[in-house]
Amino acid sequence: MQPVDRRQFLKIAGLGGVVFASGLGCSTASKMGYGAEQDEFFFVQLSDTHWGFKGAPNPDAEGTLPKAIAAVNALDPQPDFIVFTGDLTHTTDDPAERRRRMAQFKQLIGGLKTQRIRLLAGEHDASLDEGAAFKELFGPTRYSFDHKGVHFIALDNVSDPTGSIGGEQLAWLKSDLATQKPDSRIVVLTHRPLFPLYPQWDWATKDGAQAIAALMPYQNVTVFYGHIHQENHFKTGHIEHHSARSLIFPLPAPGSTPKRVPLAWDPAQPYRGLGFREVEAETNEYKLTELPVIKA
Amino acid sequence: MNRRLFLLLPLAGAAWAQPEPRVIPVRVKKFEYNPSEITVKVGEPVVLEFTTEDVHMGFDAPELGLHADILPGKPVRVPFTPAKTGSFEFACDVFCGSGHEDMTGVIKVLA
Repeated sequence: MQPVDRRQFLKIAGLGGVVFASGLGCSTASKMGYGAEQDEFFFVQLSDTHWGFKGAPNPDAEGTLPKAIAAVNALDPQPDFIVFTGDLTHTTDDPAERRRRMAQFKQLIGGLKTQRIRLLAGEHDASLDEGAAFKELFGPTRYSFDHKGVHFIALDNVSDPTGSIGGEQLAWLKSDLATQKPDSRIVVLTHRPLFPLYPQWDWATKDGAQAIAALMPYQNVTVFYGHIHQENHFKTGHIEHHSARSLIFPLPAPGSTPKRVPLAWDPAQPYRGLGFREVEAETNEYKLTELPVIKA
Repeated sequence: MNRRLFLLLPLAGAAWAQPEPRVIPVRVKKFEYNPSEITVKVGEPVVLEFTTEDVHMGFDAPELGLHADILPGKPVRVPFTPAKTGSFEFACDVFCGSGHEDMTGVIKVLA
């Protein structure tokens, strides 16, 4: 019998169901239209690493990101690329300390086997200086790129401390989208949810509705974001929005507690609720697999 | 009585009958509102008067449709008349540093 490699296993396990559980994690298949053909590939999404955080919600704050990097390095095969959807560092009022944390983060991710890395800012990285330190250390806060038939757009909804995209960037988004066909496969990467998930906890983008309106004419759009430190899957019309787990502490479900305080660290189940995600871009769907920081 | 005076009298009466809104001062600083719990009554016109003691802050109570940008050195007034009872959360929606996520409060509207 031929050994079944991991990607073959995922493909087999995914047949016939939109959700399945495996020893590798929990997967969700995200259906797309049938407009565009493309090569299959997968990328990894990590989010909200908050490098520099110290506190009871994660007594291993300095060890969690290195463990996640080791877990990503253990993937076989390796992803085509890796994306971090914001809050790379925990905020600080001290601009020098902010840069120091970013430099440390940069050094740490230098240990990833796959060095095709795309970074987005979160409000902790960028809102106190309008993205100045982030741009110095990592480059632009918004950009687009193409990979194997998929058009990726990184949107910055954090450099403005009010949590807005802004008119100028919205115009850029529209001009970028104008290069695409109605059935192009488009993935939007961002930090905050573009839709008003729970504005009472600032889980929204002020002018996100304008971005969604600009994306709506395109038939195959999927959004991956962070910010809320937990999985969430939502649709605005035909556009799917998937948030990722954090790599520092989980937060409660929207509105489920009086305050949005981190869930307590459980010594019996360390790293519970933390993790990262594989996104397999197959011909007609994205398959999401949630992976833990450390295997149980 | 001339026509203009006839028209003005009821209006003046209505203005006279309208109660002055209660002004509720709210001091804002990293990372708290003071008070963070505000109690009002249904139908009672109030004005929330926000003053920030340090940096640019926000006030967002989406269920009540209330929002304000609070800039240093400039009190901002948010008038409203509660229409329904309940507890309505509000939060700072301008990122202001570590602890921003703790900047929340509640408006309790009583019968």
